[in-house]
Amino acid sequence: MAKTILELTLNGQPREDAVADNTLLIDYLREVTGHTGTKMGCDGGECGACTVLVDGKPRLSCLCMASSCKGRHVETVEGCSESGRLSILQKAFNEQLGTQCGYCTPGMIMAAEGLLRENPKPSKNEIRQALGGNICRCTGYVKIIEAVQTAAGEMS
Amino acid sequence: MSPRDDDRQPMVGRRAPLIDGIEKVSGKAQYTADFYHSDAYVGRLFRSPYAHAEIISVDVSKARALPGVIAVITGEDCDKPFGIIPIAQNEFPLSRDKVRYRGEPVAAVAAIDEASAEAALKLIDFKVKELPGYFTADEARAEGAILLHDDRPGNLEREVHSEFGDVDAGFHVADLVREETYDCAEVTHVHMEPHASLATYDVERDRVTLHSVTQVPYYLHKRVAQCMDMDESQVRVIKPFIGGGFGARTEALNFEIITCLLARSAGGTVRMKLSREETFLTHRGRPRTRVKMKIGMTKDGKMTACDCVVEQTGGAFAGYGIVTILYAGSLLNAIYDIPAVRYNGFRVYTNTPACGAMRGHGTVDVRHAFESVTDMMAEELGLDPFVVRRTNLLNAPIRTINDLEVTSYGLPECLDWVEEACGWKERVGKMPKGKGLGMACSHYVSGAAKPVHWTGEPHAVINLKLDFDGGITILTGASDIGQGSSTILAQVVGEVMKVDFDRLTVIANDSRITPKDNGSYSSRVTFMVGNAALEAAENLKAIMIEAAAGKLEVKPEEVECMGESYRIAGQQGSDIPYKEVVAAALVDTGTITVKGTFTVPKKFQGGKYHGAGVGPSMAYSYSTLAAEVTVDEITGRVIVDKIWVAHDVGYALNPLSVEGQVQGGVWMGMGQAISEETSYHEGLPITSNMLDYRVPTMVESPDIEVKIIESIDPNGPFGAKEASEGCLSGVVPAIANAVYNATGVRLFETPLTPERIVNGQIKLERLKKKQAAGGES
Repeated sequence: MAKTILELTLNGQPREDAVADNTLLIDYLREVTGHTGTKMGCDGGECGACTVLVDGKPRLSCLCMASSCKGRHVETVEGCSESGRLSILQKAFNEQLGTQCGYCTPGMIMAAEGLLRENPKPSKNEIRQALGGNICRCTGYVKIIEAVQTAAGEMS
Repeated sequence: MSPRDDDRQPMVGRRAPLIDGIEKVSGKAQYTADFYHSDAYVGRLFRSPYAHAEIISVDVSKARALPGVIAVITGEDCDKPFGIIPIAQNEFPLSRDKVRYRGEPVAAVAAIDEASAEAALKLIDFKVKELPGYFTADEARAEGAILLHDDRPGNLEREVHSEFGDVDAGFHVADLVREETYDCAEVTHVHMEPHASLATYDVERDRVTLHSVTQVPYYLHKRVAQCMDMDESQVRVIKPFIGGGFGARTEALNFEIITCLLARSAGGTVRMKLSREETFLTHRGRPRTRVKMKIGMTKDGKMTACDCVVEQTGGAFAGYGIVTILYAGSLLNAIYDIPAVRYNGFRVYTNTPACGAMRGHGTVDVRHAFESVTDMMAEELGLDPFVVRRTNLLNAPIRTINDLEVTSYGLPECLDWVEEACGWKERVGKMPKGKGLGMACSHYVSGAAKPVHWTGEPHAVINLKLDFDGGITILTGASDIGQGSSTILAQVVGEVMKVDFDRLTVIANDSRITPKDNGSYSSRVTFMVGNAALEAAENLKAIMIEAAAGKLEVKPEEVECMGESYRIAGQQGSDIPYKEVVAAALVDTGTITVKGTFTVPKKFQGGKYHGAGVGPSMAYSYSTLAAEVTVDEITGRVIVDKIWVAHDVGYALNPLSVEGQVQGGVWMGMGQAISEETSYHEGLPITSNMLDYRVPTMVESPDIEVKIIESIDPNGPFGAKEASEGCLSGVVPAIANAVYNATGVRLFETPLTPERIVNGQIKLERLKKKQAAGGES
């Protein structure tokens, strides 16, 4: 498969990588750049575990070609913390037990991050709608919703 | 005065975040598929397209010859069967004589990249003689059906027949006897992390190291050695972070052993990542279950007898089947006082992926039937369903008719809280059209009292290491699968030593480093491993007290442990800092390692009858649930508006964790109640993705209000019991009873899909019309 030089910004850092043209964004992130925080949970578009932000909007990296992100800003869970300090949202997920096994967590946090940038004070129902495409099998979602509400409260 | 000299919170009873939560929220937690080896080969499986067939040949010569292919293996490469129960090991990593379900692994390829591996699979020539496939229990049990396993006549893996008390006499004295049959769909775990494993074979040393997604690394270790015909000391199994389990990973799974066999054949490292579809095919979930439930009651609601017949459609291999069919019967007891209980259980082999253990193992569908029939009978007798439960409470502590020991019993408090919290008395029967309330109770074991492998070893072992730096390392073989078991163990050790998380590190699940553990199943870890941790910490504290006594020149019994310091009891100012006590303790001995063990005493291991080993536990958790639902009159869709749950966990070592576990368990039960169901067409799984297999999303998931009931179990660590399974099985009947309350429709099949509800409504309307017409004539 032919390769093309892909230029983009990943978690604030500009990058250039030679990437096969048929590479999915998730495979680029995990296998080319070593950002394994983003998880694959299904066979494509079913579970939300691979959610990242592309130019600030939540995207499923398993349904997105890496090449489509040329010149854009991709953010993953690894980019949320600054100098090793958890973001307000990450801290809330940790402290409110918004994570159990942790596998859906990176996608869930990125989807929530996308929501809070757009709507800093979401209602419970707005959280449910915005994160409705992210499946979690451990928590029953109750503490995830509480974590997002806590973070929203602390950010304002 | 408190023994604590600072304002530190107690370690137990604290709402502590997970000890590994920071890794999880920051993306640093490494799961099996996250380990990258530049020299790892890609592993892929060739799966049978036939549901039932005799194998004529598996020709892999063309695949082997393909450039980029390193190794191809078939059933010929392993003639050692595996399975969880020593007496029922009837599965080979790659099929040998026959294939028994569509998707069974037949051959495996290791190649330099995915494209080569995929291309190789297409070159495998698989010749078979097809046999009739049996996809339901009725088909498999029909006369003349070909046997899936030659040694199991009638395609029955196991029959169970038991009777405790005089059941016929019990029905004779009853004022009301009802019998109903329930058909509950097969459901599956859908842990978020697809299956994966990574195996490295060291050719020079003949050793294998496996990273895998297991809940039972030591069972897996033993099965890998067995199937590879290697000495157990040449195997190492490491469980990294795993993305949930719920029972799916409580036995060695075919792909894990295959990855090791492939690594040996390839002479290197093989990485196997299963797709979500393949993860569904690997299954081991809750079997399709038919429950015939007959209960007798006096007119004031006292249960007089229960007769239950269960048939489980178990799939192609034994798995945990024997245990599942025994649990279904044994846990008819130990929740209510029923003087006579008869049970007949049938576990059937079918040409579908093998079932296994799933959260609430064996008990969920039976509890659904029991609580549903009880609800019907309460109504018929004009009694409140809460009153009927209260009329049948156990008088604990008690040994049940089938030899289960109930030592703590918070069900009465659970009933009181739920009744009050959901506003039962004021609201039930007075709700607007389409809305309803329903309730049910349930229970579960806190660890199976008999381990699957009976070796005479303790049921749990914990090692603690205290070194020059003052850090305490907890070494455990117990698998944290997201339920937070590592956090609980740290809390237990910290509480005894009176130190906080900053002094504690948990190292778990490396079979070369950590002590052997039976694994994470039957809700055993908090109770059993927690007790072992408690003993280990007491042992370590004794060494520290001895060292402090030497320095203080007093007897050990005069020393008081203050955590960060030790002193002469009650004497302020005599304190020696923790680090100095550590230094004194290390003199002449160096690094200190201590051990704690736990074994369930014989008294709690059950009776002497056949099958008595499944069901006994040292403690049982209890739950009461109420569900409020709205049923759309036109579409039949059930919306669960709210669930109230009170769960008796003995003592909440970590209330935050307990709430999370209860909410997760309740929610998983809700999925089974309203939408989850696997389906097969001629054995071909047609719901093996997360859109057709309907796990509830956040949009349809309600608030779940949890009340922790603490009955303080006499044998649990600090009084603690199970916290995540007991609440699940009551959810299904609570929702079904609420749907009846809302619509008047009783359904005898789960899940309660819109189609089933609408059909139920149509039937009900016809019945009403018929009755009205009959009344006029």
